[in-house]
Amino acid sequence: MLNKIEDNIYELPLDYRPGMRVPGRVFVSEALLGMVEPGTIEQVANVASLPGIVKYSMAMPDAHLGYGFPIGGVAAFREDGGVISPGGVGFDINCGVRLLRSNLEAKTVQPLISVLVDALFEAVPSGVGATSRLHVSDKELTDAFIDGAKWAVGQGYGVEADLAHCEENGSMNGADPSQVSIKARKRGRPQLGTLGSGNHFLEIQRVDEIYDEVVAKRFGLFKGQITVMIHCGSRGAGHQICTDHLEVLSRAVHKYNIDIPDKQLACAPLGTPEAENYFGAMVCAANYAWANRHIIAHWTREVFEKYFPDGKLDLVYDVAHNVAKIEEHDVDGVRERLYVHRKGATRAFGPSRSEVPDVYRDVGQPVLIPGSMGTASYVLCGKDRAMEVTFGSACHGAGRIMSRSQAKRTFAGQDIKAALSAQGIKVKATHPAMLAEEAPQVYKPSNEVVDVVHNLGIATKVARLMPLGVSKG
Amino acid sequence: MKPYEYLEHTADVKFRAYGKSPDEMLSNAALALFNSMIDTATVQAKETWKVELSGPDLEQLAYDWLSELIFLFETEFAVFSTFDVVLHKNGDWSLQADIGGERIDHSRHAFDNEVKAVTLHEFEIKKNDFWCIQVVLDV
Repeated sequence: MLNKIEDNIYELPLDYRPGMRVPGRVFVSEALLGMVEPGTIEQVANVASLPGIVKYSMAMPDAHLGYGFPIGGVAAFREDGGVISPGGVGFDINCGVRLLRSNLEAKTVQPLISVLVDALFEAVPSGVGATSRLHVSDKELTDAFIDGAKWAVGQGYGVEADLAHCEENGSMNGADPSQVSIKARKRGRPQLGTLGSGNHFLEIQRVDEIYDEVVAKRFGLFKGQITVMIHCGSRGAGHQICTDHLEVLSRAVHKYNIDIPDKQLACAPLGTPEAENYFGAMVCAANYAWANRHIIAHWTREVFEKYFPDGKLDLVYDVAHNVAKIEEHDVDGVRERLYVHRKGATRAFGPSRSEVPDVYRDVGQPVLIPGSMGTASYVLCGKDRAMEVTFGSACHGAGRIMSRSQAKRTFAGQDIKAALSAQGIKVKATHPAMLAEEAPQVYKPSNEVVDVVHNLGIATKVARLMPLGVSKG
Repeated sequence: MKPYEYLEHTADVKFRAYGKSPDEMLSNAALALFNSMIDTATVQAKETWKVELSGPDLEQLAYDWLSELIFLFETEFAVFSTFDVVLHKNGDWSLQADIGGERIDHSRHAFDNEVKAVTLHEFEIKKNDFWCIQVVLDV
């Protein structure tokens, strides 16, 4: 059903299914093609049938079965005639990744890895039912919804210079706290400053390979350096905001007579109150997530300072991989304002874009691709080719190939922990059983996923980071 | 009739819950939801929570019910193991439920998963020999 267009680009033709408004594009290598489940292709076709979709319904090389959009799904919608859908953002709004670089070398830090991981596990609450060390008031929560990481810096978490090193400067415009329910506030308040569980993690890493010396230098990365990666999102606040608006948008589908092939693709035409209210609430969750990662980074810095008084952790970059954003793109030679949905996909803007921070403007934005537990993470650099091919987007991770239940039947958490330990990777988790479902073997090989993006010239490889210690929920 | 069963889904948790009545189906769906997070045999019904909801149709009510349980789980810091659901249809649907559970005690409660939300993906209710609800959870 997929036609090869060129290496790493396959097309799902417009006549694959009635109702498709644009073809699908799946960006995979031949080796990864066989790992794309039929259900993922159906989800690409579902998204292709939404009103106002531009050019293609896309799936990144880590694509796998999701709900609504596939995970790894990217789609852009015209302001005039298009829609916005929580199915293209997900419940964990602005789930994302940030990378901190240190001035420390692995040989200095390695002897203390166990102590550090234990200290980070204590400093950053994680796991099911965890509450933050922070107790924000309702007013402070509103400020976090509006100002995101900027609010956090004002409260003494992180420094002003961090903000320029976040996508959207860590605070997206358009927040409308009046569209956040009391329920979402109640879930969000105790969780601001928590990591969560599942695939979220806080990881100490070592830069073990540099692919591009010039760009690595610009990103402040060198071989043997210690880095810290934080992967988490908007916690219960985001989950509840999505739940609340999904119900409103489910009704909007009938009101505006939109035919949707999957109820999770509930949506509303752009410009309608339902669409604007969802967008305003989604931005609140996105900003909450940036504040959350900022607070967690601050506590991480405190832990490092305790053990390495001369150590410094500077922010390389912070990216969102579950979000809808208003961006300008060239569509058949015409500049258009589009609502770009990235569900499990990372923005990968090249040097031509003003959104890329000044410090990285001549090379492109850092694109952070977390590995699965125990496997390599990658730093890439966004390229202008991405603007032509994927609305400036790249993959967001390795991509699951095995279900959680099958993983638990196949692996035991303790065995996974022992295997990682044998590789010199220290893992601390609230419940070892959870480690089984995040075993490295349940994901696609991350190097192959990243190579597709690299070979397509969407984002090119800069550095590979290997885990030394992981704290998980 | 089994109360519920889990189906394969690559990234998330998918289940079908059954009942001789829609009331029983929604009780079993709640049990399937919590059993995906924790072995509910380890949860004692020490306290009771009450839930009252209404909705224009059974499907929306079912979505609200499961979403409400996640909200209670997160804000009450409690896990639940018994669900006594009574439905009324009088034009709109309404639901009254007594939920038995206890506050989370990490020394006894080991979680396998954290459910973020109930999705509408492939969400459906059918009645053949039994009532059946299909749900995909975002974990």
